[in-house]
Amino acid sequence: MPDAVIKIDNLRVEYKGIGGNAPKVAVKNLSLEVKQGEVFGFLGPNGAGKTTTINVLLGFIEPTSGSATIFGVDTREPIARNRIGYLPELTYYYKFLTAEELLRFYARLFQIPKDVAEKRIDAALKLVELDHARGRQIKTYSKGMQQRIGLAQAIINDPDLLILDEPTSGLDPIGKMKVRQIIQRLKSEGKTVFFSSHELGEVETVSDRVAILHEGELKEEGKVQELLNKYNCNLEQVFLKVIGYEEIPV
Amino acid sequence: MRAHLDKILALSGVAIREMYRRKDFYVVLILTVILTLALGSMNFFNEPGITGYVKEICLLLIWVFLLIIAITASARQIPSEIESATIFPLLAKPVTRSEVLLGKALGCWLATGIALVVFYTIFAILTASREHTLPVSLLIQTVLAHWTMLAIVISMTFLGSVIFAAPSSNTTICLTVIIGIMLLGRHLHKIALGLSEPTRTIVEIIYFSIPHVEIFDLRDLLIHNYPAAPWDKFGILLVYGFFYSVIFLILGCLAFNRKRLR
Repeated sequence: MPDAVIKIDNLRVEYKGIGGNAPKVAVKNLSLEVKQGEVFGFLGPNGAGKTTTINVLLGFIEPTSGSATIFGVDTREPIARNRIGYLPELTYYYKFLTAEELLRFYARLFQIPKDVAEKRIDAALKLVELDHARGRQIKTYSKGMQQRIGLAQAIINDPDLLILDEPTSGLDPIGKMKVRQIIQRLKSEGKTVFFSSHELGEVETVSDRVAILHEGELKEEGKVQELLNKYNCNLEQVFLKVIGYEEIPV
Repeated sequence: MRAHLDKILALSGVAIREMYRRKDFYVVLILTVILTLALGSMNFFNEPGITGYVKEICLLLIWVFLLIIAITASARQIPSEIESATIFPLLAKPVTRSEVLLGKALGCWLATGIALVVFYTIFAILTASREHTLPVSLLIQTVLAHWTMLAIVISMTFLGSVIFAAPSSNTTICLTVIIGIMLLGRHLHKIALGLSEPTRTIVEIIYFSIPHVEIFDLRDLLIHNYPAAPWDKFGILLVYGFFYSVIFLILGCLAFNRKRLR
């Protein structure tokens, strides 16, 4: 049985209420495990608590109660991030750096030796098709190019776990296909991928297991095929049923 | 330890690149260089004694512009990382918030150090061309003292940047505090002696707590060609400066570690 790469145990995250209001509970007693080598889809409508959970996994925020570990290390420890690659939903990179400089900088933070780093930078830029623009500052990049440099920086340390927050957001169909191919390639290499997405068709294609979050609570979790069989419909329909969405006639 | 240092140096490199690729930094740098060169090359009324006044103005310009560069660059670092959200892919790497703050502070300090060397080199060339003499020891002491003073300013500004909400507030407060200390710092003790309790004690506490940045100002020695200070005494000055810089940086790291980013 593969070990748990991500282990979330009774996670609760509350945000302080403003102006005397009650605290907002973003995540309520969430428990789940992601096994090694899995592609795990983390689903939920906007405001469900997906990004909050990812923020806890990356150590950006502390849980109110409960725990989260990555490879057995508490997510609050910087060492937990040694084997992670993270792609944020929106492109947040230093616009004054070139693609090469950005990747070199991140490689140095991972303590990757220079010669290995240079090879990985070349490989990553070729993979995301940004080799021709490696010497240009990121501020000159289109949105799609910035998303692709995001993917390059997420894999620069050859991570064992990739955390992707809406990886195909803002990409054209070719870009989306590229991301899908990368996820499948990483899976074939035994990497673990944990991603949130609204593109349920894609999630259904690439994921081994999914979890559906709604209003901070875990509503459903399991293997994709088992859920499809259980609800006897496609993943989008499963999602809508689980969150209790009722269609209002137009 | 080596890993921490390497990450801090990597972060400082990015901070330096950012400062040198921003056009506003170049504007201030070039303006100061042009003004220094212009003033240094002027010969007012063929008055040979004018050199002292020219030196005074040049050094004042250097001080003013470097203070502005140091404070505005430092005040911006952490808030702009948070505002532009570049802090998130950064903190998703195995790097601590303290390393981020220390790396950026080091970067700002090194960048201002480069600007310092450029300005004082121009000043030295102008002075040597006019006076046909160059007090090398005193010049080195002036540069080192000024750079140490900037270390205090930068570390104080970084502390402010993780406490105050807006960079503009932090810039105003830090500029006011530093200029206030430079103008009034040395007089606070005398002022305290003329006050009654408990105000006297409060002012004395302030006097002994604040970093006396005015003692790093060796411009008068340079203008009037006084001899350099003994190096052992000068060393104490540098230690005093780094002591305050370290205190501010430690407080900054503590505040930044507790700061909610999202």
